Order: sequence, then C-alpha cells, then structure tokens
Amino acid sequence: MTTRNTKVMNRFDVTSRLIAKLKHEEAVIGGIGNTNFDLWAAGHRPQNFYMLGSMGLAFPIALGVALAQPDRRVFALEGDGSLLMQLGALSTIATLKPKNLIMVVMDNGIYQITGAQPTPAASVADIVAIAIGSGLANSAWAADEEDFERLVEAAMSAAEPHLIAVRIDDKPGVGTTRRDPVQIRERFMHGLGVREPL
Amino acid sequence: MAIAEQQTSPQAAQGSSDGSWHGIVLQTLKRNEISLVPYVPDRVLTPLIKNLHADPFFTTFATAREEEAVGIVSGAWMGGRRGAVLMQTSGFATLANVLASLAVPYQIPLIMFVSERGTLGEFNYGQSLVCRTMRPVLDSLALEHHTITRLDELEFIADRSIKQAVTTQAPVALILNPLLTGGKTFDK
Repeated sequence: MTTRNTKVMNRFDVTSRLIAKLKHEEAVIGGIGNTNFDLWAAGHRPQNFYMLGSMGLAFPIALGVALAQPDRRVFALEGDGSLLMQLGALSTIATLKPKNLIMVVMDNGIYQITGAQPTPAASVADIVAIAIGSGLANSAWAADEEDFERLVEAAMSAAEPHLIAVRIDDKPGVGTTRRDPVQIRERFMHGLGVREPL
Repeated sequence: MAIAEQQTSPQAAQGSSDGSWHGIVLQTLKRNEISLVPYVPDRVLTPLIKNLHADPFFTTFATAREEEAVGIVSGAWMGGRRGAVLMQTSGFATLANVLASLAVPYQIPLIMFVSERGTLGEFNYGQSLVCRTMRPVLDSLALEHHTITRLDELEFIADRSIKQAVTTQAPVALILNPLLTGGKTFDK
C-alpha cells in the first residue's frame, strides 16, 4: 500500500513484547510456520498452542477456545498469507462477538517460509480494511512497537473482539517448535485447566 | 438465516422429541453434552439446524467453510467444551488437509454429521462424483465412520459413536443417508 505509515517491525520482537504482557494465563494460538516458531522462541508457556498444519485456522481454533472459556483472554497469531486462506472466519467472529478474543496478523506480504513469494494481496489489499469490512470494527494497524503494546493493552480490557495488524520484515522465525502434536495438545489442555497433569 | 426463522415455533419445539431423525440427533447431542454446533448448511439438515437454533442449550451458527468449523470445535474441545460439525458431502470433500494435519495427529474427537448427497436419486452429476471421494478419504486415514440408513439404529449408532470418539480421542463421521433423511430430490 502506498499510503502506509506503519513501521516495519520484527515478528519475534513483537511476539516477545506480547508474551511479556500476559499475566493471567491467557491462551495464545500460534498459526502455521514462522508465527508459531516465534511464539515457541519467545518462551514456551503451558497456555500456548502451536499449529503444525491446517493453514489458516489459527483464528477459528482461538474462537473455539474463546467460546469454551469466556473468562480467559485468547490471543491468536496469524500470518497474512494464512489469513487470506480463511477470510470468512473474520465474519464468523464478527457475528459471534466473543469479548475475549484478540487477533494479531503478522503481515510481511510474502510466503516467507516457502521462498518469500509475494502473496496475491501484497500490493493491492489492506488487512485492516478487510477486517473492518468483515464486521470487525476494532481493527487497527500498529504504527510501531509502542503502539502495538498500547493496542494490546486496550484489547485486553475490551468487551469486543480486536484485531491488530503488524507490518513485519522478511526474517524467518527464530526457533523451531518441537513437532509433537499430541504433546502440544495435551500440555495446552493442562495449561487451560481442562486436564490434570500426568 | 433470518432472525425470524430462529425463533422457537411449536413445530420446532416438537421436533426435538417427535421421533424424527433430526429430533433424535438433537437429543443425542444434548445427552452427550455437545453444545457447540457450527455448520455449513444443507437442505436436508434444515429442520435440525432450525431446532438447534431454537434450543438455548446449543450455540449454533454458520461458518464460511467446513474446515473453519473443524478449527472452532477443535479449539473448543481443548478448552473443555464439546462440539460437532454439520455439513453435506461436498463440504466433507474440503476437509482432507484439516483432518490429516489437525484432528487426527492432535487426537481430537472431532464429531462430524454429514448429510449424504450424491446417491439414491442424485440429480447433480458433480454431487454424485464428489460423494465417491468421501469414504476413500475416511478410509485412507483409518477414520471411524458409519452410514446411517435406519431410524431405529440412529440413536444407538450416534450415541455410541460420540462416546467412542471422546474416549478414544479420535474423529468420527456419521453419514446421514437418504434412506434415513429422505435426501434431496429433483422436485424439491
């Protein structure tokens, strides 16, 4: 977009800033690839869930958690390419209006992990405009890191779903999530208080 | 769906206990504490969807795609709430990736009700073709599935299959055959 005045940030840095703000065992759903690699690298928490496939489903999975546990804040971290696969989910969330769901879109305009090919939306579409058009009125670009933290704090005390979009650079994820889906799911359920530890 | 259609009508209220296939499905969901039911609609499922909307026990809503609904009930399961997804045959055909990358490897008891199009009087060639992909996909992942054709077997199969899915942490597909539901025919 030619009119953007948002700073280009870094996924790992932004993710780490988010995690540092979580004091109430908030759930965090990390989307496929770099999004959950950086969530893992920011330091594992029992309330983190890491997707190993199902591209585009970070927001729907987070919506399910939010509907199951309305008293817990639920964050979802998704890439722009992933979100493009499941834009309809934005309208579903807008219709249900879960008060405890906060969506973060990491937008670098590329499929970084597959070779940095541009997404079809990269030079023509605006994620925040799409979100607002889908019915999510509380959607905004983070201007810089401080603005991102301010938006997170505002969303954490809000009574409606929020979407925060972040322009990020083309760097790969910092860590690599341990790919054990059963362990990921079981630990997440422990973290949410659904299961007792073994 | 219009708001007016979501209100409880005498017919809708009756639907849950009149021995109809959709009444039995609704009661079986309720008995197994399945309260979250996202769906992509189907003509045959309409009375079930209407009665789910009319019953405050259920949180039921349309999603844009079937895999979105699978993601929602998977998240809900991990958060301690049970769900089921309603769809038609062509919708199931969009699910191979999410079954193989989320429901099966993470051991999530995904409960699917599939209204079967494409057989026993299908009038749309595309529906009849896509129907042929459903059981091979289920079998290729060794997923439990049952095709329900008889009203007197519906409650047993649905209730036992839901309980098995939960206790074995494995997905199940319950295929609602036209012999059970009447299906969708050319003149409807």
